[in-house]
Amino acid sequence: MVASLSRTKSTAPAPGELLFSGNDWDFETIRRIHDACEAVAGPELGLSWYPNQIEIITAEQMLDAYASIGMPLFYKHWSFGKHFAQQEASYRRGLMGLAYEIVINSDPCISYVMEENTATMQTLVIAHAAFGHNHFFKNNYLFRQWTDAEGILDYLDFAKGYIARCEERYGHQAVEHVLDAAHALMSQGVHRYPRKKRPDLASEQRREREREEHGEQIYNDLWRTLPAKAGGQKGDPALERRRALLELPQENILYFLEKVAPRLRPWQREILRIVRLVAQYFYPQRQTKVMNEGCATYCHYRIMNALSQKGQLSEAAYLEFLTSHTNVIRQPNFDDRSFGGHNPYALGFAMMQDIARIVEQPSQEDREWFPDIAGTGDAMAVLRDCWENYRDESFIAQFLSPKLMRDMRLFHVVDDPDEPEMRVEAIHDERGYRKMRRSFARQYDVAWLDPDIEVVDVDLEGDRRLILHHKALNRITLQREDARRVLQHLADLWGYDAVLKEVDPASGAVLVEHTASARPLFF
Amino acid sequence: MHIVDRRLNPGGKSLPNRQRFLRRVKDVAQRAVRESAREKDIKDLGKDGRISVPGDGVREPRFARQPGTGHQDYILPGNKTYVEGDRIERPPGGGGGGGAGEGGEGSENGEDAFHFVLTREEFLDLFLEDLELPDLAKRRLAVVETEGLRRAGYTVSGSPANLALSRTLRNSMSRRIALKRPKLEEVAALEAEIAAAEAAGDPRLPDLTSKLMELRERSKRIPYVDPIDLRFRRFEPYPKPIAQAVMFCLMDVSGSMTEHMKDLAKRFYILLHIFLTRRYKHVEIVFIRHTDKATEVDEETFFGSRETGGTLVSSALVEMKRIVAERYSPDDWNIYAAQASDGDNVSSDGPTSTELLRAHILPACQHFAYLEVGDENGPRAGFVEHRTTLWRTYEALAKAGEPLAMRKVNHRRDIYPVFRELFGRKDARAEA
Repeated sequence: MVASLSRTKSTAPAPGELLFSGNDWDFETIRRIHDACEAVAGPELGLSWYPNQIEIITAEQMLDAYASIGMPLFYKHWSFGKHFAQQEASYRRGLMGLAYEIVINSDPCISYVMEENTATMQTLVIAHAAFGHNHFFKNNYLFRQWTDAEGILDYLDFAKGYIARCEERYGHQAVEHVLDAAHALMSQGVHRYPRKKRPDLASEQRREREREEHGEQIYNDLWRTLPAKAGGQKGDPALERRRALLELPQENILYFLEKVAPRLRPWQREILRIVRLVAQYFYPQRQTKVMNEGCATYCHYRIMNALSQKGQLSEAAYLEFLTSHTNVIRQPNFDDRSFGGHNPYALGFAMMQDIARIVEQPSQEDREWFPDIAGTGDAMAVLRDCWENYRDESFIAQFLSPKLMRDMRLFHVVDDPDEPEMRVEAIHDERGYRKMRRSFARQYDVAWLDPDIEVVDVDLEGDRRLILHHKALNRITLQREDARRVLQHLADLWGYDAVLKEVDPASGAVLVEHTASARPLFF
Repeated sequence: MHIVDRRLNPGGKSLPNRQRFLRRVKDVAQRAVRESAREKDIKDLGKDGRISVPGDGVREPRFARQPGTGHQDYILPGNKTYVEGDRIERPPGGGGGGGAGEGGEGSENGEDAFHFVLTREEFLDLFLEDLELPDLAKRRLAVVETEGLRRAGYTVSGSPANLALSRTLRNSMSRRIALKRPKLEEVAALEAEIAAAEAAGDPRLPDLTSKLMELRERSKRIPYVDPIDLRFRRFEPYPKPIAQAVMFCLMDVSGSMTEHMKDLAKRFYILLHIFLTRRYKHVEIVFIRHTDKATEVDEETFFGSRETGGTLVSSALVEMKRIVAERYSPDDWNIYAAQASDGDNVSSDGPTSTELLRAHILPACQHFAYLEVGDENGPRAGFVEHRTTLWRTYEALAKAGEPLAMRKVNHRRDIYPVFRELFGRKDARAEA
C-alpha cells in the first residue's frame, strides 16, 4: 500500500520554533523537517537536487534492499539470496547494525529511511541523503556522464521482467548459467572512457579525401629514398583490419561478448547487456565514495548546525546528532585494533572542512599550495565546483592539503617482497607531502585497483580461440583459482577456447597462462 | 517532495532469491542436513537449522589480484614515531610471505564453508525430501476423509431437539410487545376488579366485563408462541480431515535386548515422531513394552528400565488392540505402529501373532513397521542367512501381501536410510 501525501502549503516553521520535541515523528514532522532542511540547503548552501521522495521502511525491508544492492527492484538471482542469508544471520546475531538510510541515484531521488530512527536521526538522514547525496548525484560529472537517473527505475523494471520471462521460456537453469557468467565478469563490464563515435560513410570519405590531398600537398620525392626503419614492418593489414572491426583491444569484456560472441542467442546477449548496464550504472559510485560521503556528511553537518542556530533543534536533539556524527566520522589509527582502512566518511568530511578553511582562513602555506582557491571567501562555491568536477582520485590529488596530512599524521609504507622489511617511504613532512599525496590518490583510482584485463585478439582463422591479456602491474598476478573459474565462464559465453595471458608490462614476458574450453552449457 | 510509507508493503521481497539460492545448494545442503541428522541427537533435529555448505558451489569468482603479493603501497593514518627511511618488520598475519604459498592459498579459499541458517520448515523439507506417507491413496491428509457437523446459525425449521429456546422466546416476546398482547397480570387484575364490582354492585360492571372479554379475545388471537417465532439451531456438515495421529511404539524389553538395540529403536521412533508431527496437527504416542506380558508405560520407563522374562510378541499386539479399541478409533485417528525387537519370540506364538496382525492390527493401521535391531558389529559370520523367529513370522505375512514393512538395522548410521526405505515413495519401494 502506498500512502502518499500531497503537498498543500509550505509548512516550514518560523525560526525559533522547534521542529519536533522528543523522539517521535509522524509524516507531518518528516515534512516539516524536509522543508526546514530545504530552506538551508537551497539559499545557504546553494545546492540543487532532484525532487525528493522519502520512503519509510522497516528493518526487514532494509535487509531486502541490501540483498538487491540497494535498488528498489532488481532481477532475481541466487547470489542475492546468499547475501541476504549472510546479512540476515549477522544482523540477527547482533553483529551488524543496519544503515539508517539508503539513497538511490534516480529522479526523483528515493531515500529509504528506517522506521526505527528517532526524529533527530530522521533529520540527519534527510539532510545527509535527500540533500547531500542527492546534490552529488545530480551534479557530479561522472554521474551525469554515465548514469541516467530518470530512466534507471524503468530500466530495472524492464530488466526484472525480461529476466523473469527468460526464466519462464528457457528455464531457470539456462538463465542462471548466463547470469553467473555475466556476474563473474561484471567488473570487466564497464566502459572507463567514452567510446569514440562510430564514423559514418560520409565523414569517412571526407577524411579519406582530406588525407589524400594533404599527402599530395606535402609530397616530397626525397622521402622515398630513405631506408626503411629496422623492424618497422607495418603489421599485417588483415590483422589490423580484424582488430579494428572487433574494436580490439577491448577492456569491456561483457560488451565485447555481447557484440561479437559468435554463438550466443539474442536473449543471452540481452542478459549480458543488462548486467553490463547495471555495472556501468554503479561504476561512478565506486569512483566517488570519499567525495560522495564527504559531500553528504558536510551537507548534513552544515544543515544541522544551521537548524540548531535557528533554534529549530533542541539541545538534546543537537547532542544526539553530534554523537552519531562523531561515530560516523571516526577514523581509528593504523595501530588501533579496529583499524580497517580509511573511513570514506572521515576522510571526505575532513577534506571538505579543510577546503572550507582554506577558502575562508588560509595560512601562508595554503596560499602557496592552493593559490586558486585560498582566500577567495566563498567556501560553498569552491566545494560545489569540487563536487561537480572531480572524482576521488583527482580530488585527493588536487586538494589534500599538507595541514590535513599533518593532522591525520599520514605516512607511507612500502612493502616490497624483495626486501626483508617494509620501508617507511614518506611521512607528513615537507619532503613527503607530494609523494604521499600522489600514492594516496592512486589508491582511489579504480582503474588502477582493478586488474587491467583486455581482449586482444581472436584467432578467427584457426580455432576461434579468444586471447586476453592481463597487464600484471608490479608483476602481481591474479588469484589462480578465481581466475580459472572466471575464465571458464568467459569461455562458456564465447563458445570456444579462451586463453588469458598474464603479461609483465615492463618486459612483455608472459608470467602465467590460463586456458579454458567452453562447456556445452549454453549451446 | 513525497513521503511514501512502504512499511505495509508485502515483505519477503528476496524470498525468490532465497529459493534460488536453496535450489542451488540443494544437493550439498541435503548432504549437510543428513550429516547433521547422523551426528546430532535426533531429538534436537530441526531445532537448530544452522548448516554450512562448502563455499565451492556458491562461490562468486571475480578477477582479482593475488592479495599480499608484489609491491604494495600503504598510506596509513596515525604516525607517531616513524620518520622517512625507517624499517618496519612485517606484521605476522598480513603482507609478507604470501608469495610462498600461492597455489596453497587458492585451494584453501576454495574450501571456505558458507554458513547459513535454515528455517525449521526448510530444514525438515530437505530432511524429509522424498518421504511420503504410505498408503496415501486411502487417506492422504489433503483428501477429505470424514464429515463433521458444525453450528451454522439458525433455521426456521428443524427437529424439536434442535429448538433454540432463547432465540424463539426472544422472537415471541418482541412480537407480543409489538402486537400488544395483554399480559396475564393485566387480565388477572381486571378479573379481580370485576369480582369486586360484582360484590359491590358497581355500575361499571358491564364495561369491565366487556373489556375483559376483549382482552381474552385478543390473547387468543395473539398466541404466546407462534410458529413464526420458532428458531432451530442449524448444523452444516463440513469435511473433516483426520489431523491427528497416534503412534504405537512396541518394543521387546526382555534381557536379550541390549542398550545398543534400544538406542537404535529409540532413534527410529524419534524419527517417526518428527515425520508424523510434520504431517499431523496432533500426534500422540503410546509406548507398549513387552516381555511375555505387555504393559503400557511412559517414555522413561519404556527406554530406561529393564525387565526379565520370556518373549511373547502377541501380548504386545493384544495390548495394542485393546488400547486402539478403547481410545483410538481408526475412524478418527491415523494409526502408525513401529515395532522394534531383536527377533526373539516363542515359536508357538507365531500363529497367534499372525492372526492378531491380520485380523485386527493391520487393517486399523496406516502403517506398520517392524524394525529388527541387531548387534553393533553386524551379523556374525556364518549367521548371515540366519532368520529370527519373528522375522520369519512377519515375512510370511508380508509375502501374503499385507501392508507390513520390515527391515534389519545394525548400526546407528543405518537408521536413516532404513527409515527412508520404509517410508519411501511407493514406486521406489516397488522396485526393491
